[in-house]
Amino acid sequence: MENYNDKRKSRREFLRDALRGASLVAIGGVIGVGWYRGHTATYAWQIDPYKCTTCGNCETACVLEESAVKCVHSYEMCGYCKICFGFFEPQPNAINEGGENQICPMGAIKRNFVEDPYYEYTIDESLCTGCAKCVKTCAGFGNGSLHMQVRHDRCVNCNNCAIALVCPSDAFKRVPVNSPYLFKNGGKA
Amino acid sequence: MVLFGITLNIFSSERFPPPQFESGYVRPEYTVPMPRGGVWPLIDAIVLLSALGIASWLVHKKRSRRALFGLMVFSLAYFGFYRKGCVCSIGSIQDMSLFLFNKDYVVPLLTVFFFIAPLVFTLLFGRSFCAGVCPLGAVQDITLIKPVKVPVWLEHTLRYLAYVYLALAVWLAVMGSAFVICKYDPYVAIFRRNGNLDILIMGGILLVIGFFIGRPYCRFLCPYGVILRQLSRLSRWRVRITPTDCNQCRLCEEACPYGAIRPPVHEWPEASYANDKKRLALFLILLPFIIAIGAWTGNSIAPSVSRTHPAVALAERIWMEENQQAEGTTDASQYFRSSGETIGSLYKRAAVIRAGFEKGGWFFGGFLGFILGGKLILLSLRPRQRDYEAERAGCVSCGRCFRYCPKEQEKIEETGGLSSR
Repeated sequence: MENYNDKRKSRREFLRDALRGASLVAIGGVIGVGWYRGHTATYAWQIDPYKCTTCGNCETACVLEESAVKCVHSYEMCGYCKICFGFFEPQPNAINEGGENQICPMGAIKRNFVEDPYYEYTIDESLCTGCAKCVKTCAGFGNGSLHMQVRHDRCVNCNNCAIALVCPSDAFKRVPVNSPYLFKNGGKA
Repeated sequence: MVLFGITLNIFSSERFPPPQFESGYVRPEYTVPMPRGGVWPLIDAIVLLSALGIASWLVHKKRSRRALFGLMVFSLAYFGFYRKGCVCSIGSIQDMSLFLFNKDYVVPLLTVFFFIAPLVFTLLFGRSFCAGVCPLGAVQDITLIKPVKVPVWLEHTLRYLAYVYLALAVWLAVMGSAFVICKYDPYVAIFRRNGNLDILIMGGILLVIGFFIGRPYCRFLCPYGVILRQLSRLSRWRVRITPTDCNQCRLCEEACPYGAIRPPVHEWPEASYANDKKRLALFLILLPFIIAIGAWTGNSIAPSVSRTHPAVALAERIWMEENQQAEGTTDASQYFRSSGETIGSLYKRAAVIRAGFEKGGWFFGGFLGFILGGKLILLSLRPRQRDYEAERAGCVSCGRCFRYCPKEQEKIEETGGLSSR
């Protein structure tokens, strides 16, 4: 009986060794396929601004309390309008920087005089919540120079971006990590 | 100004030509904060590898629960709170599935490493990953206050959930629907100290359950745990409860909160032998039928599951809108109508995806049938065992049982009373 048990045991051990070897080979195979298919890829999430529908999900769906998505400005496209559709409410009380005249609920857009009749609009990212309200009106009535981008100093690069899951227009995509921005007009940076 | 509003065009156009400035104004530079790249992935990989090595050493050589606990706290802090639970080995299953079935998706090297390194370590040392490296395991292990034993039948039944979860996650990841493991990670909200309500509720409930039932996620849900269980059966070295010989004192049996310590199993009792053999034969014959029924079921639920894919969901929505079964539009359907794609081409696209789901359904159901049948067969076997031993598959190497063994206590005294263990 003893002998029988030993034999059983060694048979079991042999099977175990063989299966372990097979598993290691399989894992090696997966690594091989990976190596063959390209192994330098690292990705970051970014919004294709031409697909963005300014639905507002970016503000609420991000796993961060304050979304990683912010409004950015493509200055080359901006008309530097005195009356900016991305800055002013549709029918403002006055053409000045008063909070009640602004579209941005956070007052994150700064309006600075450049030269007559042009004004520069810059975004204070520490205030921007990524609600896309300004982007909607800028694209709707203006040049569309304001648009949404994932800011990578904030993005934690989730395996499956929570905003991408709810994006209605499939605007979120994976981009190479060393050029992680998709500015409108190509963006010089 | 208001009149414009009717034809709201989301695409840009140069309505106001960008000015030529005369005052020497220079347009501001773009700011492009870069992602956490460079050496950081390498550091993550090194930390993972070291943690795996240390965990294995602590389990097999040092046999110290206290040190393992320390490692757990470290892993929770680093992989959980600092790295915000991402990337993790559990989620990497989805990346790997999508990668193996989709030519366009190239998986980051770090994710491959997170998937593979614990597998290799498990083949050698058992589930030391679960013990000291996985932040989800650490959360549950640390918050286990008053362990309650789960009846064996319930344990086996609930464990089946993990296989369903694994199969579903792979199915949806391969089809490109969603990464459900990430979406429904119950503890990620704790790591990020932030999350939406359903995840917070789910995480909270699971955390409270975990006060009493040891590692509920690991045992009954974790899809990666399912893979590690199987590989752990093949491990080169296994967790030993006693440092020398078992004297059958049964003390360790009480120590394991995860029901992974198996009492000795003797020869088949004469009385039930004939019956048990018949049952085993029945299950062996039934196996192909269970697989077939599973595959058929998987195939028939495929159309409903395919709705998780955005393109299929959109096609259905458009169909409903076209046939006056739905009022208004959604953001997605509105975007589709302005995108210039024809409805026919969307339907075709959705049909291809649905066909893929139906094909996947055969494998999904067949796999679950195989697991169910296999489980029934394994449960009707009686693998003989002389001593109290840690079950190869179920043991997460938490190290709780070491100190309970009187032989271990003896050894500690011999080696100079290192009672700190």
